[in-house]
Amino acid sequence: MSEGRFQIIGLPRRRVDGRAKVTGQTLFADDLALPRMLHCKLLRSPLAHARIVRLDVSRARSHPGVHLVLTGRDLPTRFGILPVSEDEEALCGERVRYTGDPVAAVVARDEPTALEALDRIEVDYEPLPVFTDPQDSLRQDEPRIHDYGYRGNIHKCVSLRFGEVDAGFAEADEIFEDIFFYEGSTHLPIEQHAALAALDRDGKLTLWSSTQTPHYVHRALAKVLGLPPARVRVIATPNGGGFGGKSDVFNHEIVVAKAALILGRPVKICLTREEVFYAHRGRHPVLMRFRTGVKRDGRITAMHLQTLVDGGAYGSYGVASTFYTGALQTVTYHVPRYHFQGCRVFTNKPPCGPKRGHGTPQPRFGQEIQLDKIAERLGLDPAELRLRILEKPFAVTANYMRLGTIGLAECIRRVTQACGWQDKYRKLPEGRGVGLACSSYLSGAGLPIYWNAMPHSGVQLKLDRSGGVTVFCGATEIGQGSDDVLVACVAEILGVDPLDVRAVTGDTDLTPVDLGSYSSRVTLMMGNAAIQAAQRAREVVAQAVAEHLGVPGGRLVFAQGRVFDAEDPEHGVSFQEAVCLAEAKHGTIGAVGSYTPPPAPARYKGGGVGPSPTYSYTAAVVEVEVDRTTGWITVPKVWIAHDIGRALNPTLVRGQIEGSVYMALGEALMEEQVFRRLPAKRSHAFVHKFPSMLEYKSPTSLEMPEVETILVETDDPHGPFGAKEVGQGPLLPVIPALANAVHDALGVRVDEIPITPEKILKALDDKAKGGPGRYGPRSFPEVPWPEPLIVPPPWEGGDGNATHDPRRRHAREGVQP
Amino acid sequence: MSAETQLQIRLRVNGEDVHVTFDAYKTLLEVLREDLQLTGTKHGCELGECGACTVLLDGRPVLSCLVLGVECDGREVTTVEGLARGARLDPLQEAFADLGAAQCGYCTPAMLLTAKALLERTPRPTRTEIRESLSGVLCRCTGYLQIFEAVERAAARMERTEETEP
Repeated sequence: MSEGRFQIIGLPRRRVDGRAKVTGQTLFADDLALPRMLHCKLLRSPLAHARIVRLDVSRARSHPGVHLVLTGRDLPTRFGILPVSEDEEALCGERVRYTGDPVAAVVARDEPTALEALDRIEVDYEPLPVFTDPQDSLRQDEPRIHDYGYRGNIHKCVSLRFGEVDAGFAEADEIFEDIFFYEGSTHLPIEQHAALAALDRDGKLTLWSSTQTPHYVHRALAKVLGLPPARVRVIATPNGGGFGGKSDVFNHEIVVAKAALILGRPVKICLTREEVFYAHRGRHPVLMRFRTGVKRDGRITAMHLQTLVDGGAYGSYGVASTFYTGALQTVTYHVPRYHFQGCRVFTNKPPCGPKRGHGTPQPRFGQEIQLDKIAERLGLDPAELRLRILEKPFAVTANYMRLGTIGLAECIRRVTQACGWQDKYRKLPEGRGVGLACSSYLSGAGLPIYWNAMPHSGVQLKLDRSGGVTVFCGATEIGQGSDDVLVACVAEILGVDPLDVRAVTGDTDLTPVDLGSYSSRVTLMMGNAAIQAAQRAREVVAQAVAEHLGVPGGRLVFAQGRVFDAEDPEHGVSFQEAVCLAEAKHGTIGAVGSYTPPPAPARYKGGGVGPSPTYSYTAAVVEVEVDRTTGWITVPKVWIAHDIGRALNPTLVRGQIEGSVYMALGEALMEEQVFRRLPAKRSHAFVHKFPSMLEYKSPTSLEMPEVETILVETDDPHGPFGAKEVGQGPLLPVIPALANAVHDALGVRVDEIPITPEKILKALDDKAKGGPGRYGPRSFPEVPWPEPLIVPPPWEGGDGNATHDPRRRHAREGVQP
Repeated sequence: MSAETQLQIRLRVNGEDVHVTFDAYKTLLEVLREDLQLTGTKHGCELGECGACTVLLDGRPVLSCLVLGVECDGREVTTVEGLARGARLDPLQEAFADLGAAQCGYCTPAMLLTAKALLERTPRPTRTEIRESLSGVLCRCTGYLQIFEAVERAAARMERTEETEP
């Protein structure tokens, strides 16, 4: 597409929901109130792992102002976001699995009354051994936290081998082996999760919720409550920040829905901040071992990656998260032979799930630091090394990911140029340094969460004689600007002002299905569906206008609220008149569009995680100043270049990139979702270390560095107007770039995050004592890996299938894997 | 704590006098959101940690989750609903909307009111003054930079307006 061809796309513009957001008119879930509304509170377990021996709610039921008390018996059907791990109960029946797991719910006239009633519930627990660390879960099979999974307390354990990996290592001139640890962190959206359920006047259940995935909540509610899906309506209210933390189906959503069904009155719940830390679904802590073989010129000959993933107490997205820790290593650099082994274990902590980057920031951290070490050993500049080994556009990788456009070389060149890399790297005074890292990320998961052959995104369009356009889509506005993308795509095709287009989104009754705001899928999938719908509507209008003006339809231009002859721009009608002509000719005007990703070449089991229509690419340079005495790190500036395909609204694109840099720095320097034992005199329970915003440190406006953002446009053929994702990818390179900058500043390595002053001092101390000057994990535990699934890469004659599937052999031989 | 005890106070909210009756335990945040239906004021922790509930009390930013309703009798409160003049947005609101300073929009009311108080005090703040004044309000979306720029643009616009409108 040639530059200057667009009227709206590519121009910095106020987002369509901007006015509502600055006037306080955006209604978030907890802003909603209905007549006769009641309030719900959950009783949560004070123990991390225990059997419920006795649960007596009678005193709560009789408390004045209490309308209903629910327990696990009222909601026996299990659920979970992935069909392979439906292991959650809305209220625990027999067992609690983390401190904060809910066991009962009270619905009362107001929150204080509900809280009083919670105190009157009596629960006797029989404590069970608590699994605090993944190594406990590997060592000890009993008691099992769940009665399903790989074995014992191992939830999922996979081994995928692409090509002759041993031969690849044999060809290497140097082999590098490094162990890294990436601590867990939480999303910390400023809006606490809230949900309101009510029966509408027809007796249908409606749930308003701060959810990123109304479609999946819809399915789960119907299942757990035993209702036909057509009698359930889920409305995703605008999310006050999501970052992946509102992508699961949550127990509190199911509880208020059940209560509304029983009571026939609206019931609302809003989690406290402490409860949001328990809802979690955040970044998995991951221990990883990278073994990489390289030639002297930097080319990778083989890679072996092992990840040990701490899942917390439930499945959540964990099976996908586990595969994601290994899926994208091949998408950035050419890795001809690759062995990935991933293991997710259950522990007695709030469940981990998808946080911005979903399973990929952890291995990206390891891979990019290891590349820095490789560059150093080979005497190559880290930027030069990366430029030599980049994967090729439109390639199919060793693990059968089909790539789209790749602007990473330009990203690297521009970011190093902008920061003055040549004058800074290894040249800044002691205590100051720069580090570089790169990354790639999906523009939407190629497969839905549950198997089906239907579109991933649907858009419906209504045009009428007012000249107004209404666009309907199930996509969910979580702050990223999905409503703006939707409107921009439609307005661009129809040539109207975005303010004349109204978006109706995230409502399972009113809008066609869109799978939700996750996996950076919305711009690409919803955008393509919107373009298709708008093009269809445009054709209908164009036919009528062509007839009216007596010019061929192909010569008509839709622009600036008019439809006119390209050869005689004066000869035309207003858009409103055009719609009137079309309505008179065709009757009521409507159009639909849908998007389904192209089939992926990966056909082996596990190959469903990682494929995407195309991938975004990012390069970042972080500059640090580190105080040798205190270990304190400051970040004066970050340079970041992102291959966005095309920036639909550069103001929003920049916002996503700067927000990603911010969140990355939080993870790199301070954020930790960690746990501790209470003192023995206070129950010795295993609890969240600091479930409060005061003590869970996150960057404030004072810590945010200057950021220079560079957009690289590669016009991807799969993207709407060429666009790719920007919501998640730019987070990825910042964290390892910071670690690499610390090395440039002080000559020490901190191979785990967060990189705290204490760890810096320990690394400096190690160096002073003659050690390598490193702080980080030293060993990777024994894991009972399964036999690998063997998939030959395309260059070894493979076709995307496994040639050796151990499960099939076991099935033949009657052996349990 | 008994929910039965109710109090009545007089407040001047966004330039209008209101009498409001509420349960005695309620914070100003709860009175605004639940009893006056002014839901533009948000909450992120109700413990004074996130800053999302910031409103102006007699012109000064306060965390409304840490102020009891009963303390506000006879006082003046400005919330985000009171920033626009009629349908005309405040220059801060215009700049926030135009420059991407509101992503999810949840911290936006608090950011706007904190910035409003800053510009009243310091019409042309430096970047450092803006950073410091907003540091009590957490934002997880933007990385703050577009917020700083919006405050700077609003300050510049307001100064120009004052020059042309003596």
